[in-house]
Amino acid sequence: MIEIKNIFKSFENKDVLRNISKVFNQGETNLIIGRSGSGKTVLLKSIVGLFEVEGGQILYDNRDFTSMNTRYRKELRQEMGMVFQGGALFDSLTVEENVRFPLDMFSTLSPMEKQKQVDFCLERVNITDANKLSPSEISGGMKKRVAIARAIVMNPKYLFCDEPNSGLDPETSLVIDALIHSITVDLQITTIINTHDMNSVMEIGDNILFISEGEKCWEGNRNEILYSDNQKLQEFVFANKQYQKIRDEKLNDQ
Amino acid sequence: MNIFNVTGRYFALMLRVFSRPERHSVYLRQIFNEIENLGVKSVGIVAVISLFMGGIMTLQVAYNMTNPLLPRTLIGLGNRDSLILEFSSTIMGLIMAGKIGSNITSEIGSMKVTEQIDSLEIMGVNSASYLILPKIIAVVLMFPLLYILSVFFGIIGGMIVGPAVGAVTLTDYVNGIQYAFNPYYVTFSLMKCLVFGFLIASIASFFGYTVEGGAFDVGAASTRAVVNTNILILVWDLILTQLLL
Ligand SMILES: Nc1ncnc2c1ncn2[C@@H]1O[C@H](COP(=O)(O)OP(=O)(O)OP(=O)(O)O)[C@@H](O)[C@H]1O
Ligand SMILES: [Mg+2]
Repeated sequence: MIEIKNIFKSFENKDVLRNISKVFNQGETNLIIGRSGSGKTVLLKSIVGLFEVEGGQILYDNRDFTSMNTRYRKELRQEMGMVFQGGALFDSLTVEENVRFPLDMFSTLSPMEKQKQVDFCLERVNITDANKLSPSEISGGMKKRVAIARAIVMNPKYLFCDEPNSGLDPETSLVIDALIHSITVDLQITTIINTHDMNSVMEIGDNILFISEGEKCWEGNRNEILYSDNQKLQEFVFANKQYQKIRDEKLNDQ
Repeated sequence: MNIFNVTGRYFALMLRVFSRPERHSVYLRQIFNEIENLGVKSVGIVAVISLFMGGIMTLQVAYNMTNPLLPRTLIGLGNRDSLILEFSSTIMGLIMAGKIGSNITSEIGSMKVTEQIDSLEIMGVNSASYLILPKIIAVVLMFPLLYILSVFFGIIGGMIVGPAVGAVTLTDYVNGIQYAFNPYYVTFSLMKCLVFGFLIASIASFFGYTVEGGAFDVGAASTRAVVNTNILILVWDLILTQLLL
């Protein structure tokens, strides 16, 4: 479980996040949604400490991350995995070396055990026969999947994904969503995902935080999101008319 | 961004670079990679440039020596000492700032803008130390070797060009390069090389590591890194020459 309390963050006098509080649950895919530029990436990077927040608290299973010194943060980071918007694979390493990198850096496993863990993770994300390729030789969807494999190789307790579906076709997006969801449930990870993709919201939105212009606007889950009377949320959700239809149909059924 | 701000951030980064590394074996492997990538791959260009430099220096000294009373051995000596004192260290430093420096800035800079550096940080790796320290060590180790190589090829260059165009006889040249040799000149230049090597690798890394934006900004940062390194190399050349020679 990750809890954030009254988070504030600004860049050079420009407020980006204002007073955001939320509990993200273990074993669930927690989504942060909002328009482009609403502050999703900044919020996610603040939670993991890539940005320092100006105010508020971030608790990882009641461990206060905000007041931790560098050494303890580094230790806690070994319990985190993160998938970046562009994948952020290391260009100079092969697919396999990318996934093995955290193990080489931190684990005490033997080379054989490392290889087993790497193979297991790559299989988990359905990557076969690409082990020796370099990131420039694989497709965007594969990059995302390799990034997921690398993020889970240390058996993290916390998984963060920044727009795992951006730039992917709807079908591949569904595969990635399902993959992240099943990993989350199987390994009982606390997963936080940034997205502005309504398909993902309806598929895996166990616990949703909607932010608008840096402020918390709404929270709930995928069953509630279509029926909220929050004005800003409605604008966001029904930007795609298809969801209006879905809502109306469901209301008619009842 | 004013100069004090930049200098402050540079030293703050260096502090992170020289903090305790995570895993020595990984660092050792990185250092060997960088020695190969930054050092060994520069041998070719250093050899070619030095051959030409030595050849041209020899001709210029010869053509400027119009007084028939001066011994022709001074030609070899002149080439040797200019190579040892200035050309193989400072001029090579300026050239390496372009070659190695821009390579380092664009590599680290593109890792920055594609979030690979964030990716290292989130794993709990000290990205500054992991990426920059091996480069600094590799360049500081390799630069003195490249210097010696450069002096060697520069002298060979003179030896080929001088007699070939009839500017100096081979015997006079060979006598000249052995005449009145002062080993301290070499020691002095090797010390300069250590400083230049550090400047090249650390400044280039700094500009790469602090890039914000995209590919365009990485290109701009490379240019800025080379210009700033060149200026600092010349400033330090002046300081060290005044202090040590
Ligand atoms: N490093 C930074 N320095 C200054 N301002 C920043 C920085 N990073 C983000 N911002 C600003 O913060 C705001 C929120 O940006 P953010 O990247 O979090 O949006 P987002 O919700 O992730 O958008 P998208 O869906 O397009 O990724 C933007 O107005 C942006 O200009
Ligand atoms: Mg974003």
